[in-house]
Amino acid sequence: MKPLRTVSAPAIAIDMPNVDTDQIIPARFLRKPRRPGYHLYLFHDIRRAKDGSMDPAFPLNQESAKGAEILVADRAFACGSSREGAVYALVDQGFRVVIAPSFGDIFASNSVKNGLLALVLPEATVRSLLDQLKARPGATISLDLEAKTLTSPDGKTIPFDVDAYVRETLLAGRDDITLTLEHAAAIDASLSRMASETPWLMPTKA
Amino acid sequence: MANSGQAQASGPRTLYEKIFDDHVIVRRPDGQSLLRIDRLLVHEGAFHGFDKLRLAGRSVKRPDLVFAFADHYVPTRAGPITDPEVINMVEMLRQNCREHGITLFDRGDHDEGIVHVVAPEQGLTLPGQLLVCGDSHTSTHGALGALAFGIGASEVEHALATQTVWQRRARTLRIDVGGKLSKGVTGKDVILAIIGKIGANGASGHVMEYTGSAIRGLTLEGRLTLCNMSIEAGGRAGLVAPDDATFQWLKGRTYAPKGELWERAVAHWRTLPSDEGAHYDREVSLDGSAIEPTITWGTSPETALPVSGRLPDPNSAGSAEAGKSISQMLDYMGLTPGMPVSEITIDRVFIGSCTNSRIEDLRMAASVLKGRKVAVPTMIVAGSTEIRRQAEAEGLDRLFAAAGCDWRPNPGCSMCVGMNGDLVPAGERCASTSNRNFKGRQGPGSRTHLMSPAMAAAAGLTGRITDVRPMLDA
Ligand code: SF4
Repeated sequence: MKPLRTVSAPAIAIDMPNVDTDQIIPARFLRKPRRPGYHLYLFHDIRRAKDGSMDPAFPLNQESAKGAEILVADRAFACGSSREGAVYALVDQGFRVVIAPSFGDIFASNSVKNGLLALVLPEATVRSLLDQLKARPGATISLDLEAKTLTSPDGKTIPFDVDAYVRETLLAGRDDITLTLEHAAAIDASLSRMASETPWLMPTKA
Repeated sequence: MANSGQAQASGPRTLYEKIFDDHVIVRRPDGQSLLRIDRLLVHEGAFHGFDKLRLAGRSVKRPDLVFAFADHYVPTRAGPITDPEVINMVEMLRQNCREHGITLFDRGDHDEGIVHVVAPEQGLTLPGQLLVCGDSHTSTHGALGALAFGIGASEVEHALATQTVWQRRARTLRIDVGGKLSKGVTGKDVILAIIGKIGANGASGHVMEYTGSAIRGLTLEGRLTLCNMSIEAGGRAGLVAPDDATFQWLKGRTYAPKGELWERAVAHWRTLPSDEGAHYDREVSLDGSAIEPTITWGTSPETALPVSGRLPDPNSAGSAEAGKSISQMLDYMGLTPGMPVSEITIDRVFIGSCTNSRIEDLRMAASVLKGRKVAVPTMIVAGSTEIRRQAEAEGLDRLFAAAGCDWRPNPGCSMCVGMNGDLVPAGERCASTSNRNFKGRQGPGSRTHLMSPAMAAAAGLTGRITDVRPMLDA
């Protein structure tokens, strides 16, 4: 996994609340094997007009979206189904950071495991970023995960808070299974306790 | 019970805190805990997790604690699977199960079906467990007093490789539903009313525990429906404390403990309910007696309204933003502001999904359909083969056929998500017993109204949303 320390890149705004994972990637694409190319399904239906052509009004379809690595969205972004394909689609499109006032619960933990930062900022801050990006689509946002600061298109530096585990994992680009297996002895002890102290939890077919 | 020895906050604890504490292996200073998984459930969609595992050269740590289900992609019609992509999905699952020695509930077995229907029905889900599955409606299993939540594909890989999951202790939200539900009001109406009240994000970051006389009065099927939709309120999980009804429901099920072990298990399960005076971070209460049959009108589950209600008017919404969202939803759904719920016409009906495809749901629908004829296409899909058999033994299949319904021979997710080809055509309006009414959920351009099986059956008979209560036998 590629470490994420600083990002300074064009940003785009999806200014709609409750963009659920069905809208990020429709269910019919979820059977595709995990290979690079998931970006082809990103916002598949909502970025198109009724006749199937790309809707020029959709931010991702515009010239200014070229090279965008930061997505700013409204509240409850990626709520709904737990499909990790939503994260694959964003990552394959080149996004490294998604900023919103709130996210679907499972989306945030899926993100960190794929090197994507799902950053929660206060509603007013996000509103100001959305407005700036709507005025200037593709304007640059810079983010320093080490320093926990963000520089908005208008040049303001905004400090932010992020879960310590998320930050470490992203900074190190770390594989979390390796990290967990450092606790192998404690895991085995817990599994033996399950069998000895709560034996009814062991599945036996009658 | 023993855990890894870290200090516990003493004093009264909630059900959630007890189960969480029982499963902690390691606590990290940043607040994350490594939790032991007692049951890991997977469906066809888990192939990403298996692929990644194989790529990293890892194996499944405890295949005896992993159970697999072919449910999302399988056709509900009779005969072999024909779609090559679906064959591929199911084959991959079979291969992964064979390779790792995982028990698979496969199509054509006598006990297959939707993961969230079959695992409780088989006694794989038990009170006090920590259960995870790569699917958001895993919250269903909380109805039995298990801590159950959905995880993503990378977490599935992690869970397969380590039999653990990293979690942060969630906040607790108690939803107390007092009083007594009136006739024709079900677990589905209760959860829709709750989501209508607290919003689709109302329980975000929280584990919900449902308490109160109206909840105690629900059957286990009703509790499964209730907990199923906790995720639609944004909840991390939903819980109902186990009680005698739970034990009675579980006893004798295939994988449930037997004999002396059963007695020990029940003794332990009786210690699980939240202690007197346990603290919840938030509490919300509703009067169960006041809940009417409830439906959704928009593209978020929070757009719940009683059947006697009227749709909102964007102009009288609290804010411009709220008004905009209402008019977008009305537009997508093809509805007019302020119209009565009972004037919404329906093009088809779907009774099924992990929310409402259990035997009680089918009986409820049957009691409405009995001796009558549906006015619009009505598809009924049992959640498992066991339920289908039971329904057929009770003659429900013949009753449904006589009413003009399409009773499907195979269980599965079906029209809940449309992955298997059971789709709602664009622009059509479906009265559905499933759990999500998002744009395009049941097929591109589909319009979904969520409701109980009884209300869906009533809608099938009249072709519009109809209060089922007058149709029920006194
Ligand atoms: S029935 Fe619907 S909600 Fe339930 S597991 Fe299947 S697709 Fe998911």
